[in-house]
Amino acid sequence: MSPELLDIADRVVAQTQPGEQLEAYVARGSSTEVRVYAGEVEHFVSAASEGVGIRVIRDGRTGFAHAGTLDPAAVAEVLAEARENVTYGTPDEWAGLAEPDGVEPIEQRLWSDELASFATTAKVDLALELERLTVALDERIRVDDANYVDGGGEAAIVTSTGVRRHGRSNACHLSVSTLADGDGETQTGFGFSVGAHPGEFDLERAAREAVERATRLLGARKPPSGRTAVIFDPFVTAQMLGVIGSTLNGEAVVKGRSIFADRLGESIAADGVTLVDDPTDRRAYTATDTDGEGLAARRNVLINAGRLERFVHSSYSGRRAGLPSTGNGVRGGYAGSPGAGCLALRLLPGARSQADLIAGIDHGVLVLSVSGLHSGVNAISGDVSVGASGIVIRDGALAEPIREFTLATTVQRLLSEVVEVGADEEWLPMRATGVSVLVDGVTISGTS
Amino acid sequence: MLEPDVIDRVLAEAKRNGAPFAEIYVEDRRSTSVSFDDGRVDQVSNGRDRGAGIRVVRGETTGYAHTADLSELGLIAAARAAADAAGRGDGGSRVVGLAGRAPERGERREVVTSPTVVSKSTRVELLEAADEAARSVSPSIVQVSAGIGDSVKRILVANSDGVFVTDEVTRVLFRISAVAEGDAGMQTGSESLGHTRGWEVFGEFDVADLARSAADQAVLKLRARPAPSGQMPVVIAKGTGGVLFHEACGHGLEADHVAKGASVYAGKVGELVASPLVTLVDDGTVAGEWGTRSFDDEGHPTRRNVLISGGVLVDYMWDHVRASREGRPVTGNGRREDYTSLPMVRMTNTFVLAGPDDPEDIIAATPEGVYVARLGGGSVNTATGDFVFGMREAYLIENGRITEPLREGNLIGNGPQVLRDIDMLGADFDMGGPGTCGKDGQGVPVGTGQPTLRVASLTVGGTAA
Repeated sequence: MSPELLDIADRVVAQTQPGEQLEAYVARGSSTEVRVYAGEVEHFVSAASEGVGIRVIRDGRTGFAHAGTLDPAAVAEVLAEARENVTYGTPDEWAGLAEPDGVEPIEQRLWSDELASFATTAKVDLALELERLTVALDERIRVDDANYVDGGGEAAIVTSTGVRRHGRSNACHLSVSTLADGDGETQTGFGFSVGAHPGEFDLERAAREAVERATRLLGARKPPSGRTAVIFDPFVTAQMLGVIGSTLNGEAVVKGRSIFADRLGESIAADGVTLVDDPTDRRAYTATDTDGEGLAARRNVLINAGRLERFVHSSYSGRRAGLPSTGNGVRGGYAGSPGAGCLALRLLPGARSQADLIAGIDHGVLVLSVSGLHSGVNAISGDVSVGASGIVIRDGALAEPIREFTLATTVQRLLSEVVEVGADEEWLPMRATGVSVLVDGVTISGTS
Repeated sequence: MLEPDVIDRVLAEAKRNGAPFAEIYVEDRRSTSVSFDDGRVDQVSNGRDRGAGIRVVRGETTGYAHTADLSELGLIAAARAAADAAGRGDGGSRVVGLAGRAPERGERREVVTSPTVVSKSTRVELLEAADEAARSVSPSIVQVSAGIGDSVKRILVANSDGVFVTDEVTRVLFRISAVAEGDAGMQTGSESLGHTRGWEVFGEFDVADLARSAADQAVLKLRARPAPSGQMPVVIAKGTGGVLFHEACGHGLEADHVAKGASVYAGKVGELVASPLVTLVDDGTVAGEWGTRSFDDEGHPTRRNVLISGGVLVDYMWDHVRASREGRPVTGNGRREDYTSLPMVRMTNTFVLAGPDDPEDIIAATPEGVYVARLGGGSVNTATGDFVFGMREAYLIENGRITEPLREGNLIGNGPQVLRDIDMLGADFDMGGPGTCGKDGQGVPVGTGQPTLRVASLTVGGTAA
């Protein structure tokens, strides 16, 4: 492991002047993306990037600057700009960098040598193989694209307050997008597989899911409007957890933007809901040993059997709330400064399979996909309205497919009307795990 | 940004394996952003990003590599990586021949005052004024967040077909959002302003007006009732609804989706695909708009492209790869987020031309329905045509009049059906706010616009019966 990035960060922080706090985040990464179509490589992208982000705090004022290079002259310019930017800030009594809190990171295997040395031709072959497997499964299926993607990088963070960390990680995934042709219509699906290294891929499963997702919707019609019970398929639950996580964000709480700001210790969800944020679980796609401020990542129980236990905090939001950071500083690479956020959400699974959940319902909908979360979900008002497709559940069994309808509820109602969480937990390439969830009282808007 | 003889050598290296096409895209972007939140300056920041992307196309395969190292050595290494990624072909010429030529320059479009000469304290003062204006609207405004972001991006594109251009693109963006709190919880309102222009924009638009408008929306929604559910006529105010066309058919008219048979509009050129009222244009040349450019990111001049005329599908939008496979000209729609990204077919400013109806008549002619004063973002599945878009400010229409405000929600429809269901089109027109269009992980700035219009039937995704 090269100490070069730590050296660069150390050299920046060594220039700290009296009365200022200084943080240097230095990163370098590379990635490969292979897309195949109709048995040929459509594109092959080989990428490399590096950069530095510097945060300066003086008298409660914060300045930040970044550059997409580690050229020493550019790094010096970034430091000068960050310092200059401080002068335009407004004093904030809670401003400050993270300070070492004595919590040691739980060491994780975030780096795979096997992946780092994986041959280029083998990457192309995997994508081609996934495409072949997928089209072979069903004659109604076309493949829109099949992809192999990997990425790896290292980062160092050093602060004048005593934080000094360096780490590296890599990961890879395969994905395939499908088109299923029926009677004058086309439906779409996708499948993927995630691994610490390519040996962990399950191509057959990715192909099968991509085929099923598309073919299951052939013949789908618009359903009538009404209020009903729904089962979210695991992938949909993971998307919804992202929305719920943003309402438990400590920064939203201290700035008066969370619907749950005053509800700590109260019941905000059904008894069956236990939500944890746990980036220390290696199975999570976003597992990490440290957060974006260089503090140890940790397991935080946010909702315990329906009771709101805690919000996720960065050092800033924590300080403002009179609490320590929960290790939830989130940073979007070297070009941004950290804010608070969930790292790896997990809704603890229940005991029964999705099939058992379905068998217990007289009338409802299995929701296979949702769309428009960015335009139809408002985490501040709590309003939720999303486009959806799925399959009708009638007398405990799956019936006809439906599409072009919306689901509407509120975040508050969604949490309190969870009837049961399934046992079918899935580790997805997202910031949250997937699991089937049965929810009551959702409004479907379709015909009339 | 680079000498022609250096470019010649880099492109020759990119063609070392015999590929017929090689391209270099160089970018140098400086950006400043100031964010204001919770009554104080949240952060002032600067960014500098520069690098080059090299693309090699051989047959059906594109190889791409990028680097932040703009030395000849760094560029040659990237060229070699892109060439190897594209694989081996049978010997084309490696002679490119840009040496001695000067690049064609993009027009400096209407940049009177570059943001680079404007002090950061000016930005802070504007944001303070906006914050104060929003909070002065009502005591129920409990939180305000605002920001100004601006960038100056210099680009150079050169390719083995002889394209050799440079351009400088200046953009400014202002955004504000307000939170109002009442007995029934919190509501939000927001406004934004974005132009491919310089700082002079802030002399023409008053940020305090935008701030008050955002605050008004939030306060108004405190008394909003749940939106209805089900199918009904929907009237959309001018300017805000361009996103409907962006989603309902814009993406489906991108040649890459069409070529793979992943668009409901594939094979429909010459056919009636929309109400005869609809003429849809994608135009990257509209002065100062958010999606405007002199050249696209493949170095081709942007153009005004009529996509649908009187309801009939005229043409799709094309980039280099798709157009050369069909042996037809490009349309100036090859765009990319930055030098790390492959270009692909993208929209620029997409809008519907004005129609025959008086906007007030459109509402008066609607006994029951929903009036959408402000739309949010949207998304589409181009293969099925199903699309959603959000309503940020909407009202009930009862007996031909706008009445109660409604809570937020999504609308859902099927593109080809909704285009046919447009039964009234206003004689007014406006461009909407700045948008970021996402496709395959890349975001690019786009503009949209449209007159007031009515869709005879759309599905409104509220919770009320």
